[in-house]
Amino acid sequence: MNEFFSVEPDYYLILAAVLFTIGAVGVLVRRNAIVLFMCVELMLNAANLALVTFSRINGDLNGQIMAFFVMVVAAAEVVIGLAIIMSIFRTRRSASVDDANLLKY
Amino acid sequence: MEETVRYAEATGLLGSVWLLVAIPLVSAAILLLLGRRADRWGHWLGVASIGAAFVLGLTYFFQLRGLENKSVERSLWDFIAVGDFKVDFGLLFDPLAAVFVLLITGVGFLIHLYAVEYMSHDPGRRRFFAYFNLFVAAMLLLVLGNNYVMLYFGWEGVGLASYLLISFWYERPTAATAGKKAFLMNRVGDAGLAIGIFIMFATLGTTQYDEVFNGVGGLAGGTVLVLGLLLLLGATGKSGQFPLQAWLPDAMEGPTPVSALIHAATMVTAGVYLIARSNPIFSANETLQLVVVSVGALTLLLGCIIGAAKDDIKRVLAWSTVSQIGYMFLGVGLGGGAYALAIVHLLAHGFFKANMFLGAGSVMHGMKDQVDIRRFGGLSKYMKITWITFATGWLAIIGIPPLSGYFSKEPIIAKAFERDDWTAWLFGGAAMLGAGLTAFYMTRLFVLTFHGPKRWTDDIEHPHESPKLMTIPLILLAVGSVAAGWLLSTSVPDWLTATAGLGGAEEGEAHGVLSHTVITILSILVTLIGAGLAWFLFRNGTATEPQPAGVLVTAARKNLYTDSFNEAVFEKPGIFLTRALVYLDSRGVDGLVNGLAAGVGGGSGRLRRLQTGFVRSYAMSILTGALLVVAAFLAVQAGWLA
Repeated sequence: MNEFFSVEPDYYLILAAVLFTIGAVGVLVRRNAIVLFMCVELMLNAANLALVTFSRINGDLNGQIMAFFVMVVAAAEVVIGLAIIMSIFRTRRSASVDDANLLKY
Repeated sequence: MEETVRYAEATGLLGSVWLLVAIPLVSAAILLLLGRRADRWGHWLGVASIGAAFVLGLTYFFQLRGLENKSVERSLWDFIAVGDFKVDFGLLFDPLAAVFVLLITGVGFLIHLYAVEYMSHDPGRRRFFAYFNLFVAAMLLLVLGNNYVMLYFGWEGVGLASYLLISFWYERPTAATAGKKAFLMNRVGDAGLAIGIFIMFATLGTTQYDEVFNGVGGLAGGTVLVLGLLLLLGATGKSGQFPLQAWLPDAMEGPTPVSALIHAATMVTAGVYLIARSNPIFSANETLQLVVVSVGALTLLLGCIIGAAKDDIKRVLAWSTVSQIGYMFLGVGLGGGAYALAIVHLLAHGFFKANMFLGAGSVMHGMKDQVDIRRFGGLSKYMKITWITFATGWLAIIGIPPLSGYFSKEPIIAKAFERDDWTAWLFGGAAMLGAGLTAFYMTRLFVLTFHGPKRWTDDIEHPHESPKLMTIPLILLAVGSVAAGWLLSTSVPDWLTATAGLGGAEEGEAHGVLSHTVITILSILVTLIGAGLAWFLFRNGTATEPQPAGVLVTAARKNLYTDSFNEAVFEKPGIFLTRALVYLDSRGVDGLVNGLAAGVGGGSGRLRRLQTGFVRSYAMSILTGALLVVAAFLAVQAGWLA
């Protein structure tokens, strides 16, 4: 492997942390359910990046396999989540998560 | 003196002695279960069952006379069997039980007959006869049991029947209260009896009469004293003796036949029966006998004094019952041959007191239920039969020879004078004074009711004699009042000698402080003075309104303040205690429980505010939690928390 092309694994981890933070902040500050959803995906993919990086650092495949699991789960979650968002939008004409606040004390 | 008490097995006809209890019980059950369907003929079933029991009782009595060992028992089944402890459901038929059976069923039959007419206008007549039969069944069980638990069974049974019958007219508040009062005061006595039976079980391991009587000689003196005092407490409760006498006069709220049968002739004498039956226990301790005699002497004077101041015909008779049972307690307390004398007086009293109560009922029947003797007068012309029969009862109770009271009461007075020390004067004097007072108040009652000017209320025009069904029992009881004394006093003591443990009357030289002749003359003299004084004072009637009176009469009208005493010493602190407990319960215990619930409820009400419904705030808390977990991992990794 060429030294020039090899990048320190720490950089990937930092990138993953940055992406995760962007996703988390997005979940906390945005109202639109779709945007929220994308932020969640961002966090999941940040986690995937970190897992793959750990796999690289440790020299085994465990992290990569975990990343596949995360993808599958994320895909399933998207299907259900989008369906919920759609049905909420149909009844309330809004995709804002702050409007859907009936389930409370 | 230490003779062994042994009972033979009942054989032949006597084996069916349980029928005596069963017949009235079945009759009571039928009357209660059939309800209104039995209204038309129920009272005749009630009368017939007691009649059948009387005939059976007579048959058993004659069977018993022919036997060598006159105490036969019949064990029916095991009532309680726990480990070594066994209680028979067993019956004992001996001379003592036999005379009681004849008294209960004989007098009971006459009073049942009387009640058919007396209660004929009452819609609850069938219920009345059901309770009445229940009473007879329980009373027979009481006197026929062969152990103390059986006795207690019957004891509670008669208590129940007495309660039901006192408050028979339960829609009257006074009757309901009187029933409760009787029940509660009896409970005090019953608790004593129950603890006494527990002590027997604890010390002797048995409650069978024969085993208890044979074992009592081996007990420590203190144990016997405590045991006897507890039995005496039970006896005073049931028999209306001091200090538990207050319920008996109030019990007159019940129908008059009830007063006659239960609260004069039979149930209230159960205490005398208990002491006579337990005579090996009472004879074993001198102090115990002294206490019994004192209770008897005190009560007989108390009853006389209060009876002399009362204006309600039934209450005068009730206090007279209290007083006469005092004589019986005096008798059983004196021990030895006096046991038999007390039983003779009990039987004679059963006749003449039932006679007078039924007579009072007959008067009330003719006078529109008036009970105030100040409102009677001159009735001898209108109620000839009631007048004559009542007169026999009156002469019998005050002890005019040759009527029954003379033969039954005078020997007890003489016996009281036979004690060795100065107490002979005390108890003999009390009994003698009681005889004079009895003559006074009974003559007052008789003269005010049947003689003197008419003082009737305006709504009575022409009082009528009662129907035949009421006068026939009166006549029969009057014959009993006249003849029973001589018959009983000559036959019963010998007959009772065969009762195991009941010592015979030793008619040796009486070494009393006074000779028997002097006592006889004195007692007749005292009686005549009392009666003459009452006749002199009341021959012209009396005022119909309450009159101001001296200290003694005022006190006697208020039952010598015994009720006030009970109220102040037992009732008031009891009520205070109850209130304090209720307060403690509602504020303390309930406060703790309710406070805990309120605390949890309030806390959760505040906590649930965290559920805002905003998804992003949930996400925030999840994130914070996740960061905390990561921080904790890192801290552990770095060794900060190690």
